[in-house]
Amino acid sequence: MIVTKNLKKVFGNNWVLNGIDETINKGEKVVVIGPSGSGKSTFLRCLNLLEEPTEGEIWFEGKKINDKNVDINKIRQKMGMVFQQFNLFPHLTVLENITLAPTKLGIMTKDQADDKAIELLNRIGLKEKALSYPNQLSGGQKQRIAIIRALAMNPDVMLFDEPTSALDPEMVGEVLELMEALAQEGMTMVVVTHEMRFAKRVATRVMFMDEGKIVEQNTPEAFFDNPQHPRLKEFLSKIL
Amino acid sequence: MQKESRPLYLVALIFSKEVMKGEKILYLSGSWFNWANDLYKSFYNALIPNQRYMSYINGLKITLLISFFAVIIGILIGILVAVLKVASVNYKMRWLSNICNIYVNVIRGTPLMVQLLIIYNLIFTSRNTNEIVVGAVCFGINSGAYVAEIIRAGIESVDKGQMEAGRSLGLSYVQTMRKIILPQAIKNILPALGNEFITLIKETSVASVIAVTELTKAAQYIGSRTWKILPPLIIAALCYLVLVMGLSKLLSLFERRLAKGDRN
Repeated sequence: MIVTKNLKKVFGNNWVLNGIDETINKGEKVVVIGPSGSGKSTFLRCLNLLEEPTEGEIWFEGKKINDKNVDINKIRQKMGMVFQQFNLFPHLTVLENITLAPTKLGIMTKDQADDKAIELLNRIGLKEKALSYPNQLSGGQKQRIAIIRALAMNPDVMLFDEPTSALDPEMVGEVLELMEALAQEGMTMVVVTHEMRFAKRVATRVMFMDEGKIVEQNTPEAFFDNPQHPRLKEFLSKIL
Repeated sequence: MQKESRPLYLVALIFSKEVMKGEKILYLSGSWFNWANDLYKSFYNALIPNQRYMSYINGLKITLLISFFAVIIGILIGILVAVLKVASVNYKMRWLSNICNIYVNVIRGTPLMVQLLIIYNLIFTSRNTNEIVVGAVCFGINSGAYVAEIIRAGIESVDKGQMEAGRSLGLSYVQTMRKIILPQAIKNILPALGNEFITLIKETSVASVIAVTELTKAAQYIGSRTWKILPPLIIAALCYLVLVMGLSKLLSLFERRLAKGDRN
């Protein structure tokens, strides 16, 4: 579904990504972990071209997307993204947050989008918050709404950029629960996170990045129980 | 009871002719009375005879007309320049932001009156130019540079994540700008923008140098007729004051309405 070929990204003199060749198949739940500055967020943000790669190719559903002739807005409609800082639109109500993109892009009528939004809100138990503004919500509620905002576009893949890192510890659970439910429904997911329990439970594949490269990847069992690369061993010993 | 009636008693003293002849303190009151009478007369002369109040009203109309169209032109230019400046960084078009910078620097670096005279004498040289249009265009172009900087700062004050969130949903740059960034930026720039418009209204008084009879010029004309320049100027000042206070009130109402998305 997503293929990267020799993906490289440079900020100034700093090679954040050092040639990544990777394939993510439909239905996979890929969890990316690694120390800060290892390029994992940049890798994720390159997948929907929030960062323009310096070199290399990105293919999505059989199309090379870092190409001048590709309408990236069309591609992004199929790639939902969830941010560390939620990035809800503070001047819009929860309902408007969810329905803005589908209606503005002409994918749904206002009524259809409203129905879809209410259905999604119902699912996360926040229907009564539809007319609230984001600042009236807790962090966990904001992030769950950010997730369903992306879901309202019916994406083929969801990208999560450290979705629980800005949350109070007691709110992490509700967000992970929703993500887990999504995974069980078969959503293709790429998740950058520090939540190792989530990686163990949900991932079909765990990747370890360091210095702009994918150093090691495996099924979660083998990855955590039998790490090979010394850098990964050191990393795991520090956080587990 | 006695204390309360005392001021009334004094007033009665001042206005009663019989007592006016006598004592010293009442003589002073009399001179105060004369002074007030003079003042009243000079304001009366500056306002009523020959329907002079119509001159102020007409002048005020022109001031408002120039201000109104200058504000609209200023906002349009300001938004355009600000968005071009911000977008040109995104799309790596240095020349575009250079043009915008030249515009902003030239306008901000030269006096408004000089700009007005140059535009009036250089560009609109034909006999039948409408000075009001010239004024509105010139003030609009001038205001646009300041508004552009205010709006640019406002756009940049919106969290970068907002643009990313909009784009990640598949919205285009322009759609995200219009629906997500600008509505939030407006809240941040409204106080500064209000300031700019208040300044603009007052600066239209400079339009008198290109023979526009706006409020200040009207006051000067009346002053030259009545041989007393001060009363008409004070009347004009009061008009500006009322205008600006009204605008401030309007802006603060607007700000409050926009604040609805803020904390609780």
